[in-house]
Amino acid sequence: MPRPGYVLDVDKSTPPTLFWRGEGYSLEKLPVGRSRIIYPSEPEEALKDIDGAIVNALLHPIDQDPLPAQLFAGMKLTIAFDDISLPLPKMQRPDIRQRVIEAVLDLAAEAGVDDVVLIAALALHRRMTEDELRHAVGDRVYDAFAPRGLLQQHDAEDPTKLAFIGETPTGEEVEINKRAAESDLLVYVNINLVAMDGGWKSTATGLSSYRSLRHHHNPTTMQASHSFMDQHASELHKSNWRMGKVMKESGPKVFQIETTLNTNTFPQAFDFLSKREWEWTGRDRAAFLASSKALSKTPNRIARSIFHSIEAPHQMTSIQAGDVEAVHKITTENVYRQQMVQVEGQTDILTMGIPYICPYNVNSIMNPILVMCMGLGYFFNMYRGKPLVRKGGVVIMTHPTPWEFNPIHHPSYIDFFEQCLADTTDPHELHKKYEKQFAEDEWYKHLYRTSYAYHGVHPFYMWYWGSHGLQHVGKVIIVGGEARSVRRLGFTPASTMNDAFEIASDVVGRDATVTHFHAPPLMLADVH
Amino acid sequence: MKALLFERKPARYVASALAAAVRPGRGGAYGPLSLSDIDPHDLPGPDWVRIRPRLAGICGSDLATMEGHSSRYFEGIVSFPFVPGHEVVADMEDGTRVIVEPVLGCVARNINPVCPSCAKGDLGGCERLAFGDLDAGLQTGFCCDTGGGWSTFMVAHPSQLHAVPDTMSDEAAVMVEPTACAIHGALAHLPAAGDIVVVLGAGTLGLLTLAALKAYAPDITTIVGARYLEQRSWAAKLGATHVCAPDEVGRLVRRLSGSLAYGNQLTGGADIVIDCVGSEDSITEALRIVKPKGRITLVGMPNNVSLNLTNLWHRETHLVGAYAYGIETLPNGTSRRTFDLAMELVQSADLGRLVSASYPLREYKDALEHAANSGRRGAVKVAFDLRNEKERNR
Repeated sequence: MPRPGYVLDVDKSTPPTLFWRGEGYSLEKLPVGRSRIIYPSEPEEALKDIDGAIVNALLHPIDQDPLPAQLFAGMKLTIAFDDISLPLPKMQRPDIRQRVIEAVLDLAAEAGVDDVVLIAALALHRRMTEDELRHAVGDRVYDAFAPRGLLQQHDAEDPTKLAFIGETPTGEEVEINKRAAESDLLVYVNINLVAMDGGWKSTATGLSSYRSLRHHHNPTTMQASHSFMDQHASELHKSNWRMGKVMKESGPKVFQIETTLNTNTFPQAFDFLSKREWEWTGRDRAAFLASSKALSKTPNRIARSIFHSIEAPHQMTSIQAGDVEAVHKITTENVYRQQMVQVEGQTDILTMGIPYICPYNVNSIMNPILVMCMGLGYFFNMYRGKPLVRKGGVVIMTHPTPWEFNPIHHPSYIDFFEQCLADTTDPHELHKKYEKQFAEDEWYKHLYRTSYAYHGVHPFYMWYWGSHGLQHVGKVIIVGGEARSVRRLGFTPASTMNDAFEIASDVVGRDATVTHFHAPPLMLADVH
Repeated sequence: MKALLFERKPARYVASALAAAVRPGRGGAYGPLSLSDIDPHDLPGPDWVRIRPRLAGICGSDLATMEGHSSRYFEGIVSFPFVPGHEVVADMEDGTRVIVEPVLGCVARNINPVCPSCAKGDLGGCERLAFGDLDAGLQTGFCCDTGGGWSTFMVAHPSQLHAVPDTMSDEAAVMVEPTACAIHGALAHLPAAGDIVVVLGAGTLGLLTLAALKAYAPDITTIVGARYLEQRSWAAKLGATHVCAPDEVGRLVRRLSGSLAYGNQLTGGADIVIDCVGSEDSITEALRIVKPKGRITLVGMPNNVSLNLTNLWHRETHLVGAYAYGIETLPNGTSRRTFDLAMELVQSADLGRLVSASYPLREYKDALEHAANSGRRGAVKVAFDLRNEKERNR
């Protein structure tokens, strides 16, 4: 039985705490008597018979007929699946998408369906490479579909491949992938790593266009989502659900398949990264010392490539299929069951170590904008109830934050960082002044469509993602960050954790309480 | 009289180039420049006058000469030994303050009839810079007969002198000559409303060019590529629409012009690029970011550079120089002397504030080092201050 999440009060006997620092990590001492550390729960047991559970979910869906009953010869079937942004890190083969898609294809073949198209639901993310696609769907599916053009990547900038579905009562336009829209059945294969994933967000976001996305990916919606992980308090969620209603009324029939994975995030060699420090064995300590020393002497490029080659051993803990909303309700409960940690009260200072990866830099560079997004967009939002840090409090992150970008993946990020953030860091100002220019820039569109670039507007979305955190906290400090890039983000650089606490004391006083969010593995703080 | 004298000493010239290569600004210490006691220059003609410099600026072309990387092109239009200094505000013998317009054209050389360029008022284009009553010298400060501003006395032809209004400080006055160069560069091809104009470099010339663009073409988008923080701050104060690091200029131009790219080359680009650096890198960058049939104006003095001109040929780029001054045609069609425009612009834009530091002649090595590293050290214009020199006030 895995142990649940745990909140440790730091005392004299508490060993130093692990902080991620991009492609590296350090051990930091937190102030005794006023600090606490939130640890995630241990990984849940994986399902024993994963393939059996998949088949069972397809044959016994929730609030829908069994999948075989919905398949017939001559029909148009589209299978959409989550892209490279999930899961993190990528999972060891076989990827859960491959197992689910193969099962769906087996049933389709039995029913004599021969018009099947697979679509990677990129939204405005970069296209996946062949290797990445093979990893997600498996060689057998790739070789059967890709050569015939039947394994596609959603193109949100090809007007001939988009279909307008309708408008919500509040004027939100719903436009999705045309093939998906015109299918007799759209099967969507999700990986629900956090509570925000899945539901109507899969189709209304993953298969949509800028025209649709701009209605909820904006600072007003993001700042009104408290948090993204709590459906009842998330404007982002509500907007997607309004769009879902339009989809239900005027769009294709959707057979939703949602899977949850356990939080078994790192392979055995990196076990200590998931452990509580006082439980480290001599071997864990040796692994930490050896790896951190080696990493400190390794060029960034090589360290990055070592980390991105990590394949997580996480496995499926649940699968449910059928009606979008009914399925998502159960999925969310499953995610909550594994990730929720009960926390009493808010803190003055929230500390977090930013790892080498986030959903938007798989096989790429964690650039400064993504550092902001990971800290204020993701980790800050991993709460239900109240934010972990009080209004006007301080967030301290640890990350090298180099002024470095992948020009293939993130070309518009470079311009956003150089040109827009040099002007303002206010999400509303950025939205008003620059978003349209970037969204409609022909060069960014070209790179998004033909190369491996995130859409021109994507850095704005990353900034908006952190806008609730930005609005909530009084100061953000990055320990160990390159000073000029940290300042460009509008944050304060600090050399050491002690310096950071000293700087923070100007905002929250000398006896401020400290909470360390010890992730990854992922967790969700239920703050009372 | 005291003067900084530049003599023809090839070995020292090489030494200055080597010293400057190791540490910019050190060329002056090892080169053929020395603080000397010399006899005052004879008046070259009956109408010439003696003047006593008050402030004399150090210009990029001066530094190139002192640091041993000036082009051999100038060999025919310079005469040795000479006293440098062509950005000069001085006192006449009757106490009138004057600014020197340093080009030694046909009138100063007593050539009659004057050359076709001088006849049109295009002093910078004078075709007789090595002829007439004066020895070779494109300007005061490069001619052995006239002396220059880096001294306590020099001679000037009345046609070169412009009276300084009482309301104008010496610091403002010493900025008039470089401002005239900048205006000439900016007005060489007047941008249309809405054009994107890039100024590469934000040293003295870059900033003054920006000020000129702001004055005569206010409805354009200006992008200034500035290497140092202080330069960026000045560019913003002088009204640049966008200021960025030099390596960011191309991306900004691409986005603002809605351009695509072939590899490193923009498909579209800026309407005009004004290069105030004049290096191989800056000209290459200008060729990369200017639109097809666009215009590159070289205001900064280039030297021997190696360029791939394929894109210039393919995109029919206009690459032109802009040297000195003469007569300018304004947007309203009227013609004015560049120096008169510069007098006005220096006052209206308060360009005297760009004089960051001044040195007495005896500290010339420090002065040259400061000027050569002005951007890094947060300075714009560095000048010699002659006002307290004993020799001058005897």
